[in-house]
Amino acid sequence: MDELLALSGVNTHIGQYHILQGVDFSVKKNSLTMLLGRNGAGKTTCLRTIMGLWRASAGKIHFQGKEITRTATPDLARLGIAYVPENMGIFAGLTVKENMVLAARGGALDERRLEWIFGLFPAMKKFWGSAAGNLSGGQKQMLAVSRAIAQPRELLLVDEPTKGLAPAIIAAMIEAFRELKRDATLLVVEQNFHFARSLGDAVAVMDSGRIVHAGAMAELAADEALQQRLLGLSLAAHQ
Amino acid sequence: MKRHLPLALVPAAALAALPLVGSTPTWVTLTVAGLAMGMMIFIMASGLTLVFGLMDVMNFAHGAFISVGAYAAASVLIALRADMQAPSLAANLSAIVPAVAAAIALAGLLGWFFERVVIRPVYGDHLKQILVTMGGLIVVEQLIHVAWGPDIIPLPRPATLTGSVLLGDAAIERYRMLAVVVGLAVFAAMWLVLSRTRLGLLIRAGVENTEMVESLGYRIRRLFVGVFVAGSGLAGLGGVMWAMYQESVTASMGMQVMVVIFIVIIIGGLGSVGGCFVGALLVGLVANYIGYLAPKLALGSNILLMVLILLWRPRGLYPVGKS
Ligand SMILES: Nc1ncnc2c1ncn2[C@@H]1O[C@H](COP(=O)(O)OP(=O)(O)O)[C@@H](O)[C@H]1O
Ligand SMILES: [Mg+2]
Repeated sequence: MDELLALSGVNTHIGQYHILQGVDFSVKKNSLTMLLGRNGAGKTTCLRTIMGLWRASAGKIHFQGKEITRTATPDLARLGIAYVPENMGIFAGLTVKENMVLAARGGALDERRLEWIFGLFPAMKKFWGSAAGNLSGGQKQMLAVSRAIAQPRELLLVDEPTKGLAPAIIAAMIEAFRELKRDATLLVVEQNFHFARSLGDAVAVMDSGRIVHAGAMAELAADEALQQRLLGLSLAAHQ
Repeated sequence: MKRHLPLALVPAAALAALPLVGSTPTWVTLTVAGLAMGMMIFIMASGLTLVFGLMDVMNFAHGAFISVGAYAAASVLIALRADMQAPSLAANLSAIVPAVAAAIALAGLLGWFFERVVIRPVYGDHLKQILVTMGGLIVVEQLIHVAWGPDIIPLPRPATLTGSVLLGDAAIERYRMLAVVVGLAVFAAMWLVLSRTRLGLLIRAGVENTEMVESLGYRIRRLFVGVFVAGSGLAGLGGVMWAMYQESVTASMGMQVMVVIFIVIIIGGLGSVGGCFVGALLVGLVANYIGYLAPKLALGSNILLMVLILLWRPRGLYPVGKS
């Protein structure tokens, strides 16, 4: 079984709006797939539909070969899908520790794993007892990612992990994801092409609620004309 | 520091009232009366604020749980009248304990039924919630008339809880002291559960962001049903206490007290149990002081208090970060 996650013909309506209009792509096990696209292309809606936070009105989603199109969100989490939403979803009134404790469902946090997370994001150790609401934007993002990896998961869905972050923090985030992807499968939405190119194995590009390109990241990174056409930007402009 | 500022309002209000009231014994009596009233309001309101915080549900039928609790207890107490009138604490307790248990159980059961049948179909739609739960409140009121008759039921306090004790020159009703003790116990228990247990952690997280709690793998529906039933049970407990305080039970008592309850949970910050506690005490104290100092203003004092607090903190004393 090579494909961990597969979407076929997925349509999503939000109220009266037809947002996803037949999305097809898949995520291979032990790879990092970047989901790119202009603002409003439907990337967030796509992740939310996978996570069961919106219901697909047509099409099918498979995870580990089983259909999950109608599976409830908590059950998806129990199957091993972790989600870092675009707004990070931090519990501001809880401490960093309490945020992490909740992420370790049905038990205590594993000490060794925690040390590993502290290695990726030292700020988590430093602010362990502080209210999460008092963290800086970058630290909140780190907490959101830490929470998703508090226990081993089959698939991480991460929505714009570098949104609004300073360049130095983005560099730290890239390092953390490089370490993370060594034994995980990720689907990451990004606007930062440098981030995407540094980490992505595969790429899917969305526009107007559809996938308009899918392939290897290296191929897109090497083809400036393709970037220009799909994303309206060239790699050179972003270095 | 900032967290304790609203809490400091309670002693500040009490101290500010002292020179206005003038006589210390009168002030002590008013203060204890205010705290007792506040504690009872807190017990009735605490469940509602959590239900709103967790599931964003506006439940006007909460008042029905209050009335039903009071009626359930009244039935038990009337049946055990002899024990109530005996001048022995043990005999009184042997009537009160089953009465309170009946109130909590019946109100909780009604809450469970309401959640399943009335509220579940209208999640996410505030207008429908208001209409449907208002309707539910009216239906329950009418059913109470059918079951218990339309007349006011007198509910004398147990023999050992009538009368006052003297504290210096101040007379303090025994029943009010009991109300303060029970209120503190309920608050302490809720605080312990919310701050010291995993269940409490989940509830606090759910109040902030239900979607994220689900995304972490928790079935928040079950949690919500549990909180709803517990909150209804507490409303039942508050209903008995309120009825004994008024020494009578009426079908409309729940609806009447709902106005104050809404004011309290808005003052406190929707979803915040601590805010609900502070808000209830403030409302109780201010109502008693104003009732004594300027009886004509008594009716409007709650609204005035709410306006002042919302001017200071527009989202209530302890705003809950809902995202
Ligand atoms: N809750 C919503 N209600 C109505 N329209 C929405 C909602 N969320 C997103 N949309 C619309 O769906 C489209 C895709 O949004 P989104 O998935 O957030 O895009 P992206 O993440 O790619 O920027 C946009 O046109 C957006 O306006
Ligand atoms: Mg987005």
